[in-house]
Order: sequence, then C-alpha cells, then structure tokens
Amino acid sequence: MPALASLLCGFIFGAGLVISHMVQTTKVLGFLDVFGIPSGTWDPSLIVVMAAGLVVTGIGYAIIRPRTPVFAPQGLWPTATDIDRPLLAGAALFGIGWGLVGLCPGPAIADLATLSPGVIVFVIAMAAGMAAHDLWQARGARPIGRKLATATDG
Amino acid sequence: MANFTPVSAAIGGGLIGLAAVLLMLFTGRIAGISGIAGGLFNPRTDDRLWRLAFIAGLIAAPVAAMLVGHAVPMPQMPGSMITIAVAGLLVGFGTRLGSGCTSGHGICGIARLSPRSIAATVVFMGAAIIVVALTRHVIGG
Repeated sequence: MPALASLLCGFIFGAGLVISHMVQTTKVLGFLDVFGIPSGTWDPSLIVVMAAGLVVTGIGYAIIRPRTPVFAPQGLWPTATDIDRPLLAGAALFGIGWGLVGLCPGPAIADLATLSPGVIVFVIAMAAGMAAHDLWQARGARPIGRKLATATDG
Repeated sequence: MANFTPVSAAIGGGLIGLAAVLLMLFTGRIAGISGIAGGLFNPRTDDRLWRLAFIAGLIAAPVAAMLVGHAVPMPQMPGSMITIAVAGLLVGFGTRLGSGCTSGHGICGIARLSPRSIAATVVFMGAAIIVVALTRHVIGG
C-alpha cells in the first residue's frame, strides 16, 4: 500500500509537471533568461508554478503536520537549520547544471517518457553525479562540516 | 510576455503541491525528487520500493498524457552531448551535496519556511540565471 500511494503521488507530481509545461526546457530557460524582461520575451510561468505549489503545500503541510502518516510511524520532517557550506556549494553546482540545459531532477526523470536521447544521457549523468557524491562521502572525505545524512531537506 | 501561460502553470503547480502533501500524509516523506532518486544509491537502504514507485509514477504521467492525446514534445536539448553530460553530473552531485533541488527546497522547504531551503533556492536560481545570461547573451549571443 505505501508503494501504491507513492506511485499515485509520483503520477500527480508528473501530471503537474506536464500540465505546467515544466517538462519543456524552453519554458524553464525562458524564465531563467532575465534578458527577456526588457525585451518582452521573458516567461514568468515558473514563478506561478512555484507560487501555486507553495500555497497548496504550505496549507496542506500545516494541516497534516500534527498527524501521523497513514503508512509510516512518523513524518520525516527535515530537522537541519544551519545554512552551511555544503548547502550553498551544492545549490550553486546544481544551479549551474540547471542553467546549462534547463532540466532539474523531476522534469528530467519525467522526460524519460519521451525517449529523447539527450534526456537519457542527462539522467544517466545525473545518477552518476548522485552516486559519485555518496562514494565521495563514504570515502571519508570530510564532508565540509556536514552532520547527519538523515538531516536532508528534500 | 508572449510565452506566459499562467493558468496551466497555476493548475500544474497546484498538482505538484498536492502530490507533496499527499506523499507526506501517506508515507511521511518530503517530495524532493533528488532526495527520492538519490536514496536509491544508498547501499544500506531498505526503502527502495516506495522510491521506485514514485519515480515510476513520475514517468507514467507523461506517458498517460500522450495516450489521451496530450502532446508531450521531446524537450529541446543542447547540441553537444558533452554539455548535457556535464550538466547532468552537476545537477546530480549538486542536489545531493545541497540536500535538495527545485522540489525539495523550492517547494517543500520554502513551504515549511525553512531558512536553509530559502537560501538554497536563492543560490541555485541565481546561479542558473547567471549561466543562462552567459551562455545566451555573452558567449553564445
């Protein structure tokens, strides 16, 4: 049952990405290209996607926060609070990759459905990057002041 | 703003939020795609099933859209596979190092008013805006 619920949530998430056109790199890059503001070609759709997502998530989280999840002993709410170097360095690296192609992890995985060779290469490289990070951490490269891996945000 | 599509953006964004709330309600998990996918690489994990199920649903949505006649065109990708691979590596490594991506920090984290997620979102969005400005208007322009 938890897997089925998870499948449903993935499907709704993917439907949101398709309907909002966030699976299209051109839509995302059209937002990130701020030179489009003076020239009139800027596409603020991504901000609307985020705003709508934030309103629903913010209200929904506030309602369910005190409840025990249906299929889990407790909700795994992130506990980390400090803005540390791994957070900022990771976000910067991610932003560079995002800007180069216009794909972040959700749309990249959803776009596998199109069987685009470029997307397949991107997702394989993304998986390699994730695995490389874990390998690097496991090797004991002191992860610049990081504490618990369980204190992840997303 | 000829390309602005506020209605579909609001509906789609609302669905993404709904998915995030339902995932927490059912499984007690944050709907961060990089966290869900990245957790598959943890050799000690015993919770791969729900992760794989979420990812299967994520891929099934555009397939279902195509089946009901909604066009999901192939995304436009840069010509060079090297650029694509480098970008993929950066996104994979960066989201794991930074503990989240557009969904985990940008939606779920900011919805919790997490200062970490607000900071991360400002940084990755700023970095992406700078990269697009450079590639489109300085180097490629």
